Amino acid sequence: MSQLEIKDLHVSIDEKAIVNGLTLTVRSGEVHAIMGPNGTGKSTLAKAVAGHPSYTITSGDVLLDGKSILAMQPDERARAGLFLAFQYPSEIPGVSIANFLRAAVQARMGEGEELDATAYYKRLYSKMDMLKMDRKFTSRAINDGFSGGEKKRCEILQMAMLEPKFALMDETDSGLDIDALRIVADGVNALRSTNLGVVMITHYQRLLGYIVPDFVHVMWNGRIVKSGDKSLALELEAKGYDWVKKELAHA
Amino acid sequence: MPDITATDPATATADNPVQGIDQTAGNFSYKIDYEFDAGTGLSEQTIRYISAVKKEAPWILDFRLNALKQFQAKPLPTHWATKDLENIHFDKIRYYLAQGQKPKRTWDEVPDDIKKTFERLGIPEQERKFLAGVEAQFDSEAAYSNVKELVAKQGVIFLNSTEALREHPDLFRKWFGKVIPTGDNKFSALNSAVFSGGSFIYVPKGVKVTHPLQAYFRINAESFGQFERTLIIADEGAELTYMEGCTAPKFSTSTLHSAVVELVALKGAKIQYITVQNWANNVFNLVTKRGVAHEEAEIKWIDCNIGSRLTMKYPGVVLKGRKARGEVISIALANDGQHQDTGAKMIHAADETTSNIVAKSISVGQGRSTYRGVVHIPKHLKGCKNNTECDALLINTNSRTDTYPAITVRGNANPTQHEASVSKVSEEQIFYMQQRGLTEGQAMSLSVNGFVNDLASQFPMEYSVELKRLIDLEMEGSVG
Repeated sequence: MSQLEIKDLHVSIDEKAIVNGLTLTVRSGEVHAIMGPNGTGKSTLAKAVAGHPSYTITSGDVLLDGKSILAMQPDERARAGLFLAFQYPSEIPGVSIANFLRAAVQARMGEGEELDATAYYKRLYSKMDMLKMDRKFTSRAINDGFSGGEKKRCEILQMAMLEPKFALMDETDSGLDIDALRIVADGVNALRSTNLGVVMITHYQRLLGYIVPDFVHVMWNGRIVKSGDKSLALELEAKGYDWVKKELAHA
Repeated sequence: MPDITATDPATATADNPVQGIDQTAGNFSYKIDYEFDAGTGLSEQTIRYISAVKKEAPWILDFRLNALKQFQAKPLPTHWATKDLENIHFDKIRYYLAQGQKPKRTWDEVPDDIKKTFERLGIPEQERKFLAGVEAQFDSEAAYSNVKELVAKQGVIFLNSTEALREHPDLFRKWFGKVIPTGDNKFSALNSAVFSGGSFIYVPKGVKVTHPLQAYFRINAESFGQFERTLIIADEGAELTYMEGCTAPKFSTSTLHSAVVELVALKGAKIQYITVQNWANNVFNLVTKRGVAHEEAEIKWIDCNIGSRLTMKYPGVVLKGRKARGEVISIALANDGQHQDTGAKMIHAADETTSNIVAKSISVGQGRSTYRGVVHIPKHLKGCKNNTECDALLINTNSRTDTYPAITVRGNANPTQHEASVSKVSEEQIFYMQQRGLTEGQAMSLSVNGFVNDLASQFPMEYSVELKRLIDLEMEGSVG
């Protein structure tokens, strides 16, 4: 059982405060959805937790199994079990998915340990089958010329191969048509287990119809202003974000 | 493996007899006694000495002496090239060293970082000793004689140039200096005056050499000369692949390396010439390489330059016969204190000739890479085509790249295409890869390898694997 704790986190970009005292605890096996309108700091939260150098954490802490990860490099955080499924995954020309993932898997092994290539490919292919990906896909350069759906599937494939303790999924549904959304959601559902905690960042309720969350949080102005179960998402969908605004104004 | 220059490794020291110019203080020193040594500096006497030691025919001596005059008369090409050339002290260079040296260095004296580099590159034990200058001769006789025997059965002549001048003077003389005339440039003139070592290959009509021939198999002191001269002739319909160089760093004692390589592909012949070089940081590598492709012949240069202080190299193809094809694939990596000034020349001289240039350069730290190309298609020709692509990748904010493509196409019956790009490895790319667990250095290596991937895959397997390892090594220090 692992635990990711975000404690009173404040994040700024170029001295502009974006996240203003956000607190959230996620345990293995749980799926948390963070919803909120554009520009409220959802993606900033995900990138800051993953250690993006452009984001400055001005106060607060992020703990993985009780230990602060803020002093760790992004790659150390990744190897410690944190995975970020990007909203806009980078293209890396000339680097095939197979080679990239192989390097990433190798990076998690101890010094002197050699990756078993046969076993690696066997595992890779079974994950690809699960995500209904063509075998030929692995020889393509990462995200280079991929459609929106291919990019997101590629993110899920990496998540499946790297077996993180916690996955931060940033707008995984954006840019997907209904078929692609279903495939990606099936993939995430297949990865759901007692060993994985998920933070799903989304603008729309749509995705939550496929990946049913245990908890739903509404984010506003860099903070969580409302939490509940999956019914909160439905309520939000029905009443719109203005409803939250009004509620906040009354409070 | 190639043409290592002399047997001293690392960047020598004061008591090193083969010291060239301004050697950066090396980490170790040793003595070599050379059987023949032309002393420092260049004069008519030096030339006569070299020619006498090599027991050359009078025409060769005349050729050399004429070249010396041309060398002395020609100015340095600093009106277009870097002023760094002015730092070559021609009078302090040793122009000839013959075989017979016995290095006294032991393996224990080889610095640890050099040993480590060998290890990382996976260079076999035996070769490490040779490359480090511990052994004068790499014991490759067995391997070499097999290849030699194999190709000899097909009538292929594969010798070093000195032997070839003795054993096949007529054949040699017929083609020698025809592709690259002595006065082509100051450094071709210098090479023509003092050349020694290099390969001579003749492939008879219709013979296809399936095995790539490597300079590697002929390692000896002379073939590692700083002024090697290579001449390859593929007779009608013949095919050949030649490889020189290796990815292990070359610990040259001499700071000036100036080779001349001439290729002749007769009607329908194919020559592929592959070079991978990784020079020490103090070396001026000023090389002239050109081929002539006759009717329907094909010449392809695959050229990879890493290391050196300054490399100037523009492999060229003169497309002399109808439907001849020329190609240059070039990878250059310039790290701190290095300038890779490389490119290609395509001279179209017949109808329906086609040429293709793909050049990729990587500038790391304060490294500088320059692409310089010439494509010439005169007006009276029809149906010629050229494609030029040059892509530069900058790693750090202070890295530098320049592109000087000179494409002269007259008339409108000849389509050409030119694309150039400069890209940077972005912070987002690095973060993306780090987020998957790769260190910043690993991420950088991976993107650089990705950048050259389509070209590296054209190298023979073992070369592309070594190239990848070498890029990893070069990139290690590139991130803060």
